[in-house]
This record gives sequence, C-alpha cells and structure tokens, in this order.
Amino acid sequence: MATRGFIGKRPTDGVGDRLPPGQYLTEDFPVLSAGPTPRVGLAEWRFTLKDGVRPVMSWDWEAFNRLPQSKLTRDIHCVTKWSKFNTAWSGVMVDDILAEAGIAAPSEWTLAHAYDGYTTNVPTEDLVGGKAMVATHFEGKPLIADHGGPARLLVPHLYFWKSAKWVNGLQFTRRDEAGFWELRGYHMRGDPWREQRFTGD
Amino acid sequence: MSSLPDIAPQPARLVWQPAAVVAITRETPRVKIFRLKPADWHGFTAGQHVDVRLTAPDGYQAERSYSIGSAPDGSGEIELVIDLIDEGEVSPFFHEVVEIGDEIEIRGPIGGHFIWRAEDGGPLLLIAGGSGLVPLMSVLRYRAQAAPEIPAALIYSARRREDLIWCGELLRRAAEDPNFSLFATLSRETAPTEGIRHGRIDRALVDAALESLPAPPKTTFLCGSNPFVSAASTFALDAGIPFASIKAERYGG
Ligand SMILES: Cc1cc2nc3c(=O)[nH]c(=O)nc-3n(C[C@H](O)[C@H](O)[C@H](O)COP(=O)(O)OP(=O)(O)OC[C@H]3O[C@@H](n4cnc5c(N)ncnc54)[C@H](O)[C@@H]3O)c2cc1C
Repeated sequence: MATRGFIGKRPTDGVGDRLPPGQYLTEDFPVLSAGPTPRVGLAEWRFTLKDGVRPVMSWDWEAFNRLPQSKLTRDIHCVTKWSKFNTAWSGVMVDDILAEAGIAAPSEWTLAHAYDGYTTNVPTEDLVGGKAMVATHFEGKPLIADHGGPARLLVPHLYFWKSAKWVNGLQFTRRDEAGFWELRGYHMRGDPWREQRFTGD
Repeated sequence: MSSLPDIAPQPARLVWQPAAVVAITRETPRVKIFRLKPADWHGFTAGQHVDVRLTAPDGYQAERSYSIGSAPDGSGEIELVIDLIDEGEVSPFFHEVVEIGDEIEIRGPIGGHFIWRAEDGGPLLLIAGGSGLVPLMSVLRYRAQAAPEIPAALIYSARRREDLIWCGELLRRAAEDPNFSLFATLSRETAPTEGIRHGRIDRALVDAALESLPAPPKTTFLCGSNPFVSAASTFALDAGIPFASIKAERYGG
C-alpha cells in the first residue's frame, strides 16, 4: 500500500544495502532499556556460566579481564528502528569463555542474565563460532553504564535487545526459555534481516 | 476487570493494516494530534504504542513507533501525537502532508511492559519529558475513568508554556481530581504562569511529587528523550524509589 504523498529521505549510496527492513541510520548512540541504569561496582561484579541450575565457572572483574581479549566492529540494529554502523567493541568472545571453562556448549539454548534482572534468550549457535562476545569496551574506552557497562553481551547480528546490558551470566537451558522482552511479545530469535521483531513475524 | 470495553494486550501476531485519518488537531506549535480509525482494532492497554509504516511509490519504506495518547475507550479509534523533528523523515511528513481521509499503515498495539491496568494498582508516579507525556496521558485518562481512587502524580517537563501538550486538560484534571497532582515545569521560560513551575526536573521536584502521594508509588513510569529519562531515573533512584518499580520508555533523540 503506497502512502499518499510519501517520498521519504533515501539513505545515500552504500547505506541502503546495509540497513535491514524498517531501519534507519543514526550517528548517535541512543540508550534503550526497560528501566533505569543499575549501578554496578567493579568490586562486586561477577560473571557466571551455568548449565541449567549448575554453576560451571565464575569470574570476578580481574579474572574476567585476564581472558583473551578480542575486537569486533559491526553494524548494530535496535528494534526501535535505529541502526548504527561500524560500532567498535572489545571484550571476551563467548568461545573463549567456554574454552576457559573447559566445556563445549551443552545445549542449543542460552539465557543471558543481567544485573537489573533482565534476561534474554539467544540460540546457542548465535553466540559461538566468533559471532558474539561479552564486551567491556566501546571505541577503546571502558563501556559506560548507560550502554551496559561494566560489561554487556554483544550479539551484533540480532536485534540489539539480545545484547543484554549489565550482563552477569550465561545459562544453558534445556528448552528455549523466553526472556524479558520475549515474554512480552518480542521474537524468540530476532533476526533484523528477516524483520523478526515480534512473535509471529 | 474493567468496565471499559477494549482493554487488550499485544496480539499474538501483529499484522499491518490501514488506518483512516479521521481528525487532525494542532495541539502546540510543534505538535499535531492524529485521530486514526484502524480497519481491524480490538483495543489496547494504556501505555502501548503502534508502529507506523510509510511506503513510497517505488516501494521504499520508513517505519517509526508512536505511543497512543487516547485512553482505551471502546471507540475503535486511537490518537497519535506527533512532535515535529525538523530534520526528520516521518514526523515532518505527518505535519506537512497527512490530511483527513488519508490511510496510514499501522500495526499494534505493541508493548507488554510499559503499560498500566487498573488492577495493577497504585499509587502511580508518572514522569514525562516533552512528547513522553503521550503514553502517560493515556494512563491518566484511563485511570480517571476506571480507577479514579488510585492516587497519581505527574511530573511533566516541557520547554515553554506553548509547548505543553494538553495543558488545559491537565490543569483541569489537577483542579478537579482530589487524587491527582500535577507538577508541570518549564525548562526554557521565565514568565510566571499560574500552576506551573520553572526550571529543569530535579530531585526537589521528585520529592515534592512523592510527598503529594499518600504512600510510596507502586510503579513509576518515565518517558521522554534519552537524556531526559536518564536524568529523571537518577533523581528517582536518589529519592529512594526502588529500582524494580521503575519502568522507562525512551524515544531516542
Ligand atoms: C516506543 C516509542 C514511542 C514513541 N512515541 C512517540 C510519540 O508518541 N510522539 C512522538 O512525537 N514521537 C514518538 N517516538 C519517536 C518517534 O518514533 C520518532 O523517532 C520521531 O518521530 C522522529 O522520527 P523522524 O522520522 O521525524 O526523525 P528521524 O528521521 O528518525 O530523525 C532525524 C534526526 O532527529 C533526531 N531525533 C530523532 N528523534 C528525536 C527526538 N525525539 N528529539 C530530538 N531529536 C530526535 C535523530 O537522531 C536524527 O538525527 C516514539 C519512539 C518510540 C521508540
């Protein structure tokens, strides 16, 4: 259905192909979360890997930062419609977290947990194989709290609500357990290129 | 629970549908209200939004989200309240091109977190910056009909007197409703205005709103631009409002 009188502001060449359907490019870095920004001190920070209810391994801030450091520069896409290109992150790849814990991913499903009580489910295969990290730095600087610091999950190829801010753990689950937004009508996988915003998309 | 006929959650599947523009009102120099009649509408919950999709003749599309400002009222119609962003793509189209009788594609209602139903209870603290008032106005209007005994306070910050959306209605509700208090403040205007404060939102304003309520708020709703919501959430936390009781919606910008 064409909208009477709408022409639109086309993205410039080279931008359109990099924008998933329904997204527009922003140069800013908007903040998105369901509540206020939690205040997480580095002294109390912990990251825990769990298989079901069983903790597999846990790191404090210093130990976590001794894990192998990697960089990812990627386009990111928020379900509220903005996309941002070439965002540069560094942190620890999920692959390296698993290697350090001495396990291979034990199930197909993962639930990420965060300090504010937020959760989001991500298929395990979207987290491994060089696709995702726990990011501690953005553009060379420690990640600020509004953007998820001290550490956030980064799964850049899925809508950005999957990249849980203030992450404090990954939990492998037997089933695909819906997280915070997924329980509230958002998509279980969230692939922006298929415009999987909501349940049923 | 409500006597109102069309309280509805987000549907299991959200389908694009045409909505006819049935009325357009200029509310402030930068805000227009668009009353839409979606083809197939089963109601919504106060706080929810819809997605709007505009399509150019060559198939190019733009999508944006807009909150519903009217209350769930069984009319089968909804009001979108659009603030003009000068450099924007979609808001100038609404302001300059859209006319009564046009059809606009929407899907919704969307949202299962930033919502309020009478059975959720109160007291309610609502904090809005600019067009962040829109979903909170839906909450206030619905509360006035469905549960006027639930205490509510609204902190509402706008730039100037002329930018206050629904100013007359808010002042009237504050005067007539013994369970509702209004704390409107203007960040860029100095001329004194009856019933309206001056300056940016701060801790003192949050404290004043809290004191107007008979008990601590069960839920605090914050809505507006990113910087506004970040500032307001800091003041709310500093004022002792529990983290888990605060719900935020951020419009970008
Ligand atoms: C859940 C949700 C509900 C929303 N509800 C409403 C609503 O009820 N009323 C309403 O008017 N808007 C609302 N918005 C914002 C709306 O979706 C658009 O972002 C807004 O209308 C701007 O779109 P645009 O196409 O005109 O500008 P764009 O083309 O998207 O942006 C142009 C430029 O303006 C900047 N910009 C974008 N938004 C703002 C802003 N708010 N303030 C300052 N600069 C900005 C952008 O960063 C960009 O640089 C809501 C957003 C969300 C996520």
